Amino acid sequence: MKVKRQDKVATVILYLIAGTIILVLASLLAFILIQGLPHVTWHFLTTPARSFEAGGGIGIQLFNSFYLLVLAMVISVPLSLGAGIYLSEYAKKNWLTSLIRTAIEILSSLPSVVVGLFGFLIFVIQFKFGFSILSGALVLTVFNLPLLTRNVEESLASISSMQREAGLALGLSRWETVTRIIVPEALPGITTGMILGAGRVFGEAAALIYTAGQSAPALDFTNWNPFYIASPLNPLRPAETLAVHIWKINSEGIMPDAVAVSAGASAVLIIAVLVFNLSARWFGQHLYQKMTGSGKKGA
Amino acid sequence: MDPIRESLLKKSHQAKLERRGRLLGLFCISLIVVVVAAIFYFVASRGLATFYHDKINLWDFLTKQAWNPGTKDSHGIPEVGALPMIVGSFLVTIFAALVATPFAIGAAIFMTEISPRRGMQILKPVTELLVGIPSVVYGFIGLTVVVPVIRYLFGGTGFGILAGTFVLFVMILPTVTSMSVDALRAVPRHYREASLALGATRWQTIYKVVLRSSLPGLLTAIVFGMARAFGEALAVQMVIGNAALLPHNLVSPASTLTSILTMGIGNTIMGSLENNALWSLALILLLMSLVFNLLIRLIGRKGALKP
Repeated sequence: MKVKRQDKVATVILYLIAGTIILVLASLLAFILIQGLPHVTWHFLTTPARSFEAGGGIGIQLFNSFYLLVLAMVISVPLSLGAGIYLSEYAKKNWLTSLIRTAIEILSSLPSVVVGLFGFLIFVIQFKFGFSILSGALVLTVFNLPLLTRNVEESLASISSMQREAGLALGLSRWETVTRIIVPEALPGITTGMILGAGRVFGEAAALIYTAGQSAPALDFTNWNPFYIASPLNPLRPAETLAVHIWKINSEGIMPDAVAVSAGASAVLIIAVLVFNLSARWFGQHLYQKMTGSGKKGA
Repeated sequence: MDPIRESLLKKSHQAKLERRGRLLGLFCISLIVVVVAAIFYFVASRGLATFYHDKINLWDFLTKQAWNPGTKDSHGIPEVGALPMIVGSFLVTIFAALVATPFAIGAAIFMTEISPRRGMQILKPVTELLVGIPSVVYGFIGLTVVVPVIRYLFGGTGFGILAGTFVLFVMILPTVTSMSVDALRAVPRHYREASLALGATRWQTIYKVVLRSSLPGLLTAIVFGMARAFGEALAVQMVIGNAALLPHNLVSPASTLTSILTMGIGNTIMGSLENNALWSLALILLLMSLVFNLLIRLIGRKGALKP
């Protein structure tokens, strides 16, 4: 009977643990959304921040976050595609390849502060980009590359080798087989990984403090010439992102309504992550149906 | 020249494409390797300058408790003792892992063994979502909820190791949970069936068969969570108090390597001792992340040897 009672006790404990976790996590989400959502108005999302008085918004920070995200993805997507294709299709099984894999693994496990400091040293000081969107985007690329590359490689590796053989049998070169047959079929997996990577980039702050800077100068949203200093598109202007903004107003403590602003900004960040997650799932499925023609039953 | 002969002697369009594509891939991959090498080179060259250029004793750096790089002690040696930060980093990491492990593994068992359907419907989406929540948001919640509660319960300022532990615990919980689920799922079904057929209860099966055969995977999950906790900067920095002192208790302000690093690097001049000392902290972080990496590899290799 002892073991049966133990079994009962263990089951109850496991239920309790699962319940506690759901409680903690749900209250976490609820707290952010309930605290933050009342502050999220159109005014809050579009006005610039104010440092010493209440009532500022997060307009510039929000734009910076998105612009930085786009730039970072523009740089890192092609690089990770190339690297992933090489690893999955061309790399031979030898010490060099395993060295490359180790390097990627190490890069993906580095603390983001260390990556940020490296970016500070290289892009900000050595290359003289200063605290700028460009430095930020390059650091985010370094930060994101290993994960994206691994995702591309895994997506490509999951495609059956018969597809490759078929392509080669048709007289295509290996490169053509990869770009015309394998990559399209692996596209759903690749897209999902890219969107999830974008979500991670969107919330990153530690790597950006000393690369994209901690100030958000006023922008002139009527001038879209990238070389004009106050233009939103100028890649060489300092750009505080949303995540950095939350950190900064909380650790400086000079903004009178810092708690309200960070609650609102946190809610926006969470919703953005939610949107990235859901759209990753939706895009993956949608693309899969489109690429393979397996969807639309009965149509 | 004869067009047939020409087409035979010249490289075909395909062959050129092939070579170009291969080179493109090789270029991308070598870029990543170069970046990794550059990170190590630059952080090491800055971090080691404290010891070579400023002639600080490595042992003193690691074991002394006073951290005031600007001032000198009675022997004229700058006070750069990193022990408080090292202790702080290890304490929050170990405590967070100690608290998170039972919860994460319990939840993973619940999701795979006890109630897979409900677990998958509720727990899995929630943990997946929480993996993606930015760390500043965790820091903000720690600052507005955890710190006041600790202040109310234990007095003091509320900032300290305990607050840091709690924030990191919530932060690494989703990651460790989802990795543990993968580890438990990898246990073949017939192990469980064999155990149950021998008359073992469900708990006996879980405890004696499932947990033991997935031990390497579970350990990997925990070490992974610890690596994340050790390298986390902003969330911890917001709640730990940032006083470079050895913590007397769990609720007195302390600091971690990452918190001092994020606070200090913008306020020091490149090449000065203050700055170099901070880079040495970054170097410690880098080496620790290597150690965690190595640990994960060792566990993986040990686990793979089993039949």
